[in-house]
Amino acid sequence: MWKVLALPYLWLAVFFGLPFLLVAKLSLSHTALAIPPYAPQLDLSRGLSGLAAFVRALSFETYARLGSDRLYLAAYLSSLRFAALATGLLLLIGYPMAYGMSRFGAGARRLLVLAVILPFWTSFLIRIYAWIAILKPAGLLNQALALLHLPPLTLLDSDAGVLIGLVYAYLPFMVLPLYAVLERHDESLVEAALDLGCTRTSAFWRVTLPMSLPGVLAGALLCFIPMVGEFVIPDLLGGSRTLMLGKTLWTEFFANRDWPAASAVAIALLATLALPMALVQRQQARLAGETQA
Amino acid sequence: MRRGPSPFNRLSVGAGLAFLYAPIVLLVIYSFNASRLVTVWGGWSTKWYAALAQDQAMLDAVSVSLRVGLISASLATALGLLAAVSLARGGRFGGRGLFGAMVYAPLSLPDVILGLSLLLLFVALGLPRGFWTVTLSHATVTIGYATVVIRARLASVDPSLEEAARDLGCPPAQAFLKATLPVIAPAVAAAWMLAFTLSLDDLVVASFTSGPGATTLPMRLYSAVRLGVNPEINAVSTLLIGAVAVGVSLAGLAIGRRRDA
Repeated sequence: MWKVLALPYLWLAVFFGLPFLLVAKLSLSHTALAIPPYAPQLDLSRGLSGLAAFVRALSFETYARLGSDRLYLAAYLSSLRFAALATGLLLLIGYPMAYGMSRFGAGARRLLVLAVILPFWTSFLIRIYAWIAILKPAGLLNQALALLHLPPLTLLDSDAGVLIGLVYAYLPFMVLPLYAVLERHDESLVEAALDLGCTRTSAFWRVTLPMSLPGVLAGALLCFIPMVGEFVIPDLLGGSRTLMLGKTLWTEFFANRDWPAASAVAIALLATLALPMALVQRQQARLAGETQA
Repeated sequence: MRRGPSPFNRLSVGAGLAFLYAPIVLLVIYSFNASRLVTVWGGWSTKWYAALAQDQAMLDAVSVSLRVGLISASLATALGLLAAVSLARGGRFGGRGLFGAMVYAPLSLPDVILGLSLLLLFVALGLPRGFWTVTLSHATVTIGYATVVIRARLASVDPSLEEAARDLGCPPAQAFLKATLPVIAPAVAAAWMLAFTLSLDDLVVASFTSGPGATTLPMRLYSAVRLGVNPEINAVSTLLIGAVAVGVSLAGLAIGRRRDA
């Protein structure tokens, strides 16, 4: 019985854990033109001397190259900026939406949750593709603006296009955790605040909002983490000057065939996201504990 | 007492849903556009659907995606079920935190990292890239999702059911299969659907781990999209959206009926 239950962990160790060691190793390899560009080989048949040779062959050359290149640093900072900006916008749009949803009756609430989840089941690529026709210079948005005698907007191939795409694609990931908290919110606490002389507005700021902070944190992390490494959105909606790490990694790998650089970018991405991911992990464990208790 | 929605509440929900659905609705409408220029309306037509039926490369990609999805979703669901059981029922065994982290980490990691690391594994193992490497990768990436769905249901199942079966002389594996599995079957089905949909949808991991002869539908769509918008893509997309809508409604009906019964 216990041997069977170990299967998924064995699978993940081989297909998830081991590959990470390979990425780490490759990021410390010298760039070679051959594919696969694996410079240092670990030869365990030679025992300790093999291990020593392997360690000596490791180098931080790739990281030094990445660190000294303005482009990589700019891509790194710009990824964080995009993800942070989009997370802020998502909170501004998602919070009123989740709060509004929690006010409806039970039947309507179930339908609304379904309506928010449903787009998630349709292809991500297709939903982003749909925005190209809307945001193009002669696209549907500018046609609508022309009808209203408003000046056209340049949104496709720009940073604004990327932000629109990020907010659009990740809205369900923000709304659902917020809704989960707001829906369980005990209304009698707000009533108590009103009885004690609070206005509706200050009751919201002093009672409802602070109590929904776990949902805010969960939603923000769930959106922020994958957005930092996003590839499809900056590639399709961003311009050639839009820099994001996911795109950098893709280009290093597919266009430049520089596997060590791609690996080093992956490790940098991972190191940046480790802390927010650990936070998510802790919160999930707490949630799982609560549902079991 | 829950206050009803205020006009502001209705407005924010309505605007949010309009934002979520408008692009999808426009995409579907413009798939029936007679004009080759996607954003200029030229009257109703179904000619792009007819063109699609002639597009062998696209049809091959659909077939690859469906096969990858069927196999990888089944693998991920089976492994996810085992992981969910060990996490929900294993008690506080040593290394439980590490196991949990290993199961859930792929959920929030960016696709580019997962794709690159899996590719390096296949290269290191000397496996030729193609159909099977994509399938194994998709199974790996979706195990976490399957585990989350099944574990959530498992947490609300009374373990005494299975204990009773064991007390009556059932071997543990059989007790699980006969007492617990039928109760969590809807969640297992939902986990499979989720894994299947995610596999069908994935572009990034497939691009890294696929090889010649195993172009999945998103890979095919992506290379078409890079060349610009074209009405045929709208037609494929509409068919996909339609398939998902039918699948989700059928699943909803099935779960609803079970609940009523």
